[in-house]
Amino acid sequence: MGIAVVLALVVIGSVVFHFLSPWWWTPIASNWRYIDDTIIITFWITGVVFAAVVLFMAYCVFRFRHREGNRAAYEPENKRLEWWLAIGTGVGVAAMLAPGLVVWHRFVTVPTDATVVEVIGQQWQWAYRLPGADGRLGAADVAQITAENPLGVDPKDPHGQDDIVIQGDNLHLQLGKPVKMLLRAIDVVHDFYVPEFRAKMDMIPGSVTYYWFTPTRDGTFDVLCAELCGTGHTFMRGNVVVEPESQYQAWLQQQKTFAQLQGPTRTQAKN
Amino acid sequence: MVDVMHGVPESRPADESDDVELYHPHSWITKYVFSQDAKIIAIQYSTVALAIGLVALVLSWLMRLQLGFPGVFSFIDPDRYYQFITMHGMIMVVYLLTALFLGGFGNYLIPLMLGARDMVFPYVNMLSFWIYFLAVLVLLTGFFLPGGPTGAGWTLYPPQAILANTPGQQWGIVVMLVSLILFIIGFTMGGLNYVVTVLQGRAKGMTLMRMPLTIWGIFTATVMALLAFPALFVGAVMMLLDRLIGTSFFMPAIVAMGERLAHKGGSPILFQHLFWFFGHPEVYIVALPAFGIVSDLISTHARKNIFGYRMMVWALVAIGALSFVVWAHHMYVSGMHPAFGFFFATTTLIIAIPTAIKVYNWVLTLWQGDIHFTVPMLFALGFIVTFLNGGLTGLFLGNVVVDVPLSDTMFVVAHFHMVMGVAPILVIFGAIYHWYPKVTGRMLDDRLGKLHFWVTFLGAYLIFFPMHYIGLMGVPRRYHEIGAMSFVPPSAATLNEFITVVALIVGAAQLAFVFNLIWSLKQGRPAGGNPWRATTLEWQTPQTPPAHGNWGKTLPVVYRWAYDYSVPGAAEDFLPQNQPPDPRTA
Repeated sequence: MGIAVVLALVVIGSVVFHFLSPWWWTPIASNWRYIDDTIIITFWITGVVFAAVVLFMAYCVFRFRHREGNRAAYEPENKRLEWWLAIGTGVGVAAMLAPGLVVWHRFVTVPTDATVVEVIGQQWQWAYRLPGADGRLGAADVAQITAENPLGVDPKDPHGQDDIVIQGDNLHLQLGKPVKMLLRAIDVVHDFYVPEFRAKMDMIPGSVTYYWFTPTRDGTFDVLCAELCGTGHTFMRGNVVVEPESQYQAWLQQQKTFAQLQGPTRTQAKN
Repeated sequence: MVDVMHGVPESRPADESDDVELYHPHSWITKYVFSQDAKIIAIQYSTVALAIGLVALVLSWLMRLQLGFPGVFSFIDPDRYYQFITMHGMIMVVYLLTALFLGGFGNYLIPLMLGARDMVFPYVNMLSFWIYFLAVLVLLTGFFLPGGPTGAGWTLYPPQAILANTPGQQWGIVVMLVSLILFIIGFTMGGLNYVVTVLQGRAKGMTLMRMPLTIWGIFTATVMALLAFPALFVGAVMMLLDRLIGTSFFMPAIVAMGERLAHKGGSPILFQHLFWFFGHPEVYIVALPAFGIVSDLISTHARKNIFGYRMMVWALVAIGALSFVVWAHHMYVSGMHPAFGFFFATTTLIIAIPTAIKVYNWVLTLWQGDIHFTVPMLFALGFIVTFLNGGLTGLFLGNVVVDVPLSDTMFVVAHFHMVMGVAPILVIFGAIYHWYPKVTGRMLDDRLGKLHFWVTFLGAYLIFFPMHYIGLMGVPRRYHEIGAMSFVPPSAATLNEFITVVALIVGAAQLAFVFNLIWSLKQGRPAGGNPWRATTLEWQTPQTPPAHGNWGKTLPVVYRWAYDYSVPGAAEDFLPQNQPPDPRTA
């Protein structure tokens, strides 16, 4: 008896918690509202199924509890009912999968006008590289890494000379401009994660991965590492600043290029 | 359906059946220590698994203390925290759940439920346990070696798993990999044994489609494990070589902390594929025995046949097969080719259909039943709720684009604990309350059992249900503390404290269970041979606990399916599988 009441309370409590909980996703700051929409669809479908099944169970437990002289029915199977339930489930699953796949297609199709930002993860800090005036990133490789060239930009590649290198500082992004994040790690697997952008992807040493999004809200957002990367994982933090074009350009002017950063060292070497 | 359920088997009378030549122990050592009797081996497996499970329980307390009260327990530094979560995860998934379901319940129930005298290869069965025991000991040495156990996360992703900056890089990772290799060797011996016994050792009349769902679940899971564990085996061997002799299977060119490593050309993501090719079937290796067992618990204690038996069997087999083509849904954000996302999202969501059928059929078994609220039944009901909850959140994570924001957050932690932590463990508890009387001849204490159920079920739900919402906010998993995150309100810390307090209480309730197990051994109410009035063969043994050889002089003959409860016209509300049909009506 008690269990029937408790089962019903589990459903009611879960639904009430869902709607009253102060813990909910952080307001979105990218174009991936579609992802949020798909989550909402999924919440509704799964929530209805959860409530229906558990409440039905509560009813059964109450209605068919053992009483003296009771005897259960004998019903090995009911093909019709079983097939209808299977088909109904299939329809529900399709209703979640279809929008999911459509949005995934968008997620993996990078718009041609997206600007490129390279993110480099290493224990336990973030660094960034933006293409310079030529609009192209120079080649980079772990083999090129030295104390003076921590990102491993190829010094012989002319495209790399004007690349903008940002170390130990925040990344700035232009509001409303699609951006393709090229992700690179030089030691272990990391994951560049900004909850407000809804997007994330692991960065794997030895490969370059990517994702894209359009920042849609200005502000300063936390950057977290979302893939366990050793003792300092929790503290691999940073910030990304989204701002309108004029402010973004002003910030961009202050950044140093790869050539400028290498300059002093080269001069010293000549002396 | 009639052919499945009833009928006289085409076979000789039982007293003429061939008898297996049994190994008979000659000393106390060969009877109770190096035993070849599947029942003793089952108890050995279960005892070791539950003991190591208590270690995992304490580790979970420690990690919850850190998350609930960050900074208060200064000895839980990030290194130790990562060691705790890693060992907790690996122990629970492999050394407790897999070992207990297959080594424990598999060994006890396969011969008894199928009407066999023992496993087909008793000596190999004995070796299986002792290699498992060795694997557990090797795993535990990690706590005492310099540098401590590995803190690479239970997924052991390279390169970090074998590099400095990850705790346990010295020896912890080595003993972890060696222990896994041993575990797989031991399991393979046991697993082949279970499969051959199911296929070859059944009593007369016990057709495959008359086997109790418990056996179907264990059997399917064992076949899967035999196919899945080799992937982990080669992954572990390759990583061990990378770590010990400097090969580069999983290691690309790396500059770590300014130092250029000697590795070159390996692929970190290859390990992830190998790991999850094992790791996803592993979820079902744990789940399918639970599915099977819970079906029998519900049927027995609701005094009603399991609804849709044939559909239940095919659903088990379908889930087992599909689980081999869904592994990369753990890797949607791993950087693998994005086109994989379409395929793996589709296969993953398809698997929801046979799984949902199982849930419907459990609930429909309750419909028009005669439900006894015994402790096993309570745990079975708790399982349906937590499994349903965890299965439904799987539809979020399986749907590739929804996984993108949720992956690697506390939502994932909440999901998999609900679906493959809490749910199968509730079944384990229910199963122990159910079969303990057969194993020991005594009942477990009912009041302690109910207390244990209520605290565990409600507590676990209170722990993991709200945890989804912490993840939905964006809090990553495997964080030593939330710290300052601009998007997390301060109230999240209160929620974390609440979860920790509940976790401590739920953990403490398990001690009541352990006490019950020990106390009832001598003080429990005598059970008799068939206290639940169940149909399956293990309850029809001539002695309780069953003696060596299980069946006395003659093997049982099976005349009906396992679910003849409340058959219209029958005097009792159950007909044992070995009860011949009434000659007047047959």
